[in-house]
Amino acid sequence: MTETSPLDGALIQTRALNKAYDLRLVLRQLDIDIMRGECVALLGANGSGKSTLLRLLSGMSKPTSGSLMVGGWDMPREAAAVRAQIGMVSHKPLLYDNLSARENLRFFARLYNVDKTVREPRISDLLAKVGLAKRADDRVRAYSRGMQQRLSIARALVHDPAVILFDEPYTGLDQEGAATLDSLIAQARDDGHTIILTTHELERVPRIAARALILSRGRIGYDAPLAGTSSMELVTIFTEITGMTRERER
Amino acid sequence: MSTPFFAAVLNIARKDIQTELRSRELIATMGLFALMSILIFSFALELDRQARVEAVSGVLYVTVIFASILGLNRSMTSEREGGGMDALLISPIPRSAILCGKLIGGALFVLFVSIALLPVMTILYNADILQPWVVITLLMGTFGFSVVGTILATITVQTRAREALLPLVMLPVALPVLLCAVRATTGILRGTPQEDWFVWVQLLMVIDVVYFGLSLVLYEYVVEE
Repeated sequence: MTETSPLDGALIQTRALNKAYDLRLVLRQLDIDIMRGECVALLGANGSGKSTLLRLLSGMSKPTSGSLMVGGWDMPREAAAVRAQIGMVSHKPLLYDNLSARENLRFFARLYNVDKTVREPRISDLLAKVGLAKRADDRVRAYSRGMQQRLSIARALVHDPAVILFDEPYTGLDQEGAATLDSLIAQARDDGHTIILTTHELERVPRIAARALILSRGRIGYDAPLAGTSSMELVTIFTEITGMTRERER
Repeated sequence: MSTPFFAAVLNIARKDIQTELRSRELIATMGLFALMSILIFSFALELDRQARVEAVSGVLYVTVIFASILGLNRSMTSEREGGGMDALLISPIPRSAILCGKLIGGALFVLFVSIALLPVMTILYNADILQPWVVITLLMGTFGFSVVGTILATITVQTRAREALLPLVMLPVALPVLLCAVRATTGILRGTPQEDWFVWVQLLMVIDVVYFGLSLVLYEYVVEE
């Protein structure tokens, strides 16, 4: 995994993190610590700020104020170092249709400066891991949505990042595809990657994540371990937190 | 920690070329458009030989600029729709490497179509266009259009009216490139002494360098939300 420096035990740390678009504050005073190897579900209603937080963590946008550190590197001052530690799986595959699976992974491995000597063996390993070894030389445009999402995970893992961000990864997948995705996320978690997952499929969350962080209007509405919490209980908590928000809005 | 600049540039350019060689989408679209344009101009402008020589450089560059708008728009749109741009933005490469990589790919495709137009125009317009300085000027003009087009297409592709917006914003900005390239090429084709038209080539070079420098500086701000 990518070498990182210690940060009081937390791999990801935000302090008084704010993000505004024009004059609208989307994230407000977020203080979050995520430990190395932790699997966190980042939940919230639409517009609660989940995707904005992931965009900040992935280095796609900059905080308006406050601090954001990943592995001891400051964002945005050391943005390239932060980005090197992040892998991202989104609802969009972030792949090139006219390239084969192997060519896509090769492109991204080069983009992340993966050492030449380990590049090809790692690509082959990842393709086998996500079950695409036999279709490795087919163009991605011939893949089903589920296959593209599996390749997306291989893409996110190609530089062996410390953190993997999953942004609504179940979108557009059928039951079988979603179950395969569950097992790949669990495998990445068991391999020691720190995982942050946003999803609206709450019933899947307790099986995968160890902690739930519910955002409500850009603030942390709930942050607790999920050990012993059933999906039904999580749904109740979620409804309560997001319901409280609606109550306040009235 | 960050990927070396030139390695990133070459990687992106190679990917764009590899993708285009598979689909031939951009070159086919730009090539057909360019061919249709010069044919239409050829039929519409029923001119004598001298007038054709006067008009040919204008026809050439107007065709090239519209073909490049078409190609750059398509290239950026497919990059954005598949999430390719997001993938580039979350990678540990300098933002300017994305610009340079996309620019190399884009400029090569436009240049390929532009060079292919020259023999066709020589026949249709009965003018001796295949001259070294015409090709050099075309190369510099194409580079200028591609620089302006790449950075502006990155902005306009994020809007709903991207197809209409790119020409609207690109044409005024690309006007100095167009003016210098047309003036230089007309001078070359007329057979006037080099000192009469070479100043336009020099000016074109300066404009290219200024636009490229500005693009390198501004691209980081352009790709921020």
